[in-house]
Amino acid sequence: MEKSKTLEKIVGKFSEAVIDLHSQLGYDTVIIAKSALLEVARFLKQDPELQYNYLMDLTAVDYWKRTPRFEMVYHFLSLKNKYRVRVKVPVGGAEPEVDSLTSLWPAANWYEREVYDMFGIKFKGHPDLRRILMYPEFEGHPLRKDYPIQKRQPRVGPK
Amino acid sequence: MEIDTKGNMQTGFFTSRIDKMIGWARKYSIFQYPFVTACCGMEYMATACAHYDIDRFGAGLPRFSPRQADVLFVVGTISQKLAPVLVNVYEQMCAPKWVVAFGVCTCTGGFYDDYATVRGIDHIIPVDIYIPGCPPRPETVLQGLMLLQEKIQNQRQEV
Amino acid sequence: MFLNIGPAHPAMHGVIQIHAELDGEIVRKADIEIGYLHRAFEKHCETGTYSQCFPYTDRLNYASPLINNFGFAAAVEKLMGLEIPERCNYIRIIMSEISRITDHLTCIGASAMELGAFSVFLYAIKAREWLYELIESVTGARLTVSYARIGGVKADLPEGFEERCQATLQKTREVLKEVDQLLTRNRIFYDRMCGVGIISADDAVDYGITGPFLRSTGIEYDVRKAFPYFLYERFAFDIPIGEHGDNYDRYLVRMEEMYQSIRIIEQALDTIPQGPTNVDSEGNVIDPDLMADLGKFGKTSGLLKNEVLIQPTLQGSEKRYHDRVRAKSKEAWLPPKEQVYSNIEALMNHFKIVMLGHGIRPPKGEAYVAVEGANGELGFYIVSDGTDRPWRVRCHPPCFPIMAALGKILVGDQVADIVPTFGSVNMIAGELDR
Ligand code: SF4
Repeated sequence: MEKSKTLEKIVGKFSEAVIDLHSQLGYDTVIIAKSALLEVARFLKQDPELQYNYLMDLTAVDYWKRTPRFEMVYHFLSLKNKYRVRVKVPVGGAEPEVDSLTSLWPAANWYEREVYDMFGIKFKGHPDLRRILMYPEFEGHPLRKDYPIQKRQPRVGPK
Repeated sequence: MEIDTKGNMQTGFFTSRIDKMIGWARKYSIFQYPFVTACCGMEYMATACAHYDIDRFGAGLPRFSPRQADVLFVVGTISQKLAPVLVNVYEQMCAPKWVVAFGVCTCTGGFYDDYATVRGIDHIIPVDIYIPGCPPRPETVLQGLMLLQEKIQNQRQEV
Repeated sequence: MFLNIGPAHPAMHGVIQIHAELDGEIVRKADIEIGYLHRAFEKHCETGTYSQCFPYTDRLNYASPLINNFGFAAAVEKLMGLEIPERCNYIRIIMSEISRITDHLTCIGASAMELGAFSVFLYAIKAREWLYELIESVTGARLTVSYARIGGVKADLPEGFEERCQATLQKTREVLKEVDQLLTRNRIFYDRMCGVGIISADDAVDYGITGPFLRSTGIEYDVRKAFPYFLYERFAFDIPIGEHGDNYDRYLVRMEEMYQSIRIIEQALDTIPQGPTNVDSEGNVIDPDLMADLGKFGKTSGLLKNEVLIQPTLQGSEKRYHDRVRAKSKEAWLPPKEQVYSNIEALMNHFKIVMLGHGIRPPKGEAYVAVEGANGELGFYIVSDGTDRPWRVRCHPPCFPIMAALGKILVGDQVADIVPTFGSVNMIAGELDR
């Protein structure tokens, strides 16, 4: 399989951290270890050739009953090269935690709050990690697969 | 004219006429407070504008302060997070007041049967007219409005 | 001083709360609270089949529901490797652009109304109403259309659509001209919009902002040009860009985009090819009429890839064929509604595609597809586990990053500027909170 320039560069530079990579459906994807996330992201952003200046999307997927249970999914876009790459980071454990990208992209701030709200994944170094879509008194994380969709919680505030 | 044993007039000729007159005056001077949250707002706009012209029914002037309004149009999904706000708005309105549930989300919750949505605003505030539809067509809204007018006309008027 | 605006504030569309820290009239810090319209879109998608997600996508950006529909369909098609027919592409482009116009009209009308220009609002909604009528004639609904299907669209364009569309566009153009005359050189409007709500190009990129908001800062990024989808590469259109990144530029960009959309629709109407609008059960293009004819003569073996065994007890079909619906199969095509109601083959076919437990089964994998929504890049990220329900659907909402940046944009402006700046974001709560 022909590797794209991005994948080649990432593999070349972070060979120990890369767990897997593929270009399924024409979309370059690398799966990297949690510890290398910040470095890889910084490299993608600052490499003069790649210039992934956009953090287009940041989300998580809950693979219930699989370890590690969660997977962070980052979509980067390079405006200059008109090229996209997807970076995935498996996260697990009882208290899933991953590095925050807020120091590189302010855009990460709200996305990470959303992921925290919906999945309960914590972000190390996030300046203001609190719920964003649900109210603060809400318990649990609704997008986790073990949260039933119809489980309502009492309304709070003036009756 | 009915006079009871103590000689008091109850709903006599004069008072019932007054009732009618006040009802007539009230039904044609509806000052609505649109509590617009979601997709139904688009149809609310359509109804309020030139094509369907809600002004023909004397309900053309939205008041954006609950204190000055007498009909509360609840337009769009009400989430658990927003519910206290709605109650608050309702309580600020001065009597006599009426509530119109606009769209199926406000009537029953619609197809949003989930942890975040209130299953019909009648769980939190009393409702006078339900306008179903997702979103209701402007014609339906106008019919609902006419039903509300009928209700206003025929009810006992408190002054 | 702290000022709390919303959520029950008319200019906040009922669903946004801004805690502003003021110094006199100047905003020093603004904290935006969202989530008042969270309706669990992503969770709902996980509980239904792929086809059942469409009604939910309508209600994401309800000012331009068709774009959302097509975006989701495109993502699933990508996952399944389906090529949609040419005519369908054209229809999707036409309908998307009509939606874009309705969206921009709503945005400009509403934000002008918030500044007191009520007649502009009336004019804009008048034009939007014509476009809604057009949409209704094609899709059967004004707003919540669910027009897209995986591998096609619900129905072909109706008879006489072309002429009506052209006439409507002509009328819309006149309305745009009127709006232009009322607003563009209007002193009050200009003073309130110009130089207000400025964002620099670098900031916009850092916050991940796309769409008219980004283009107003001078960066020319439009998904339709950068990553052409459907068949946008065939059409000539310009991407309007601003230079200051303020409210006024955003208004100008939106105005110009509507003209460009009209231009695209007119080109598409001129060159739209004849032919089928859907793909068949193997991903081949098939004419709806042909399918019915074959069905009437009992030649359904090629159409229905799955044999169905009826048990003597009439309990229904045997479980056996469940296995035959493989993840690799490309059966996505819904037969036309008229035929579902009139012949058994089409009914069965329909049933097999929409029922829970049967349904469309994209192969295992993931796909991210972006389309240019009215507010910017609208992305759908779908993870499939090979069953008939998506494992995860993520919608990348274009106004989410803009709202994230809003707290920063407002700082330094006056309290009264919050309203026009917020109006120019064109915040659509449905897609913001999902
Ligand atoms: S009733 Fe339908 S259109 Fe109205 S707010 Fe609910 S989902 Fe939206």
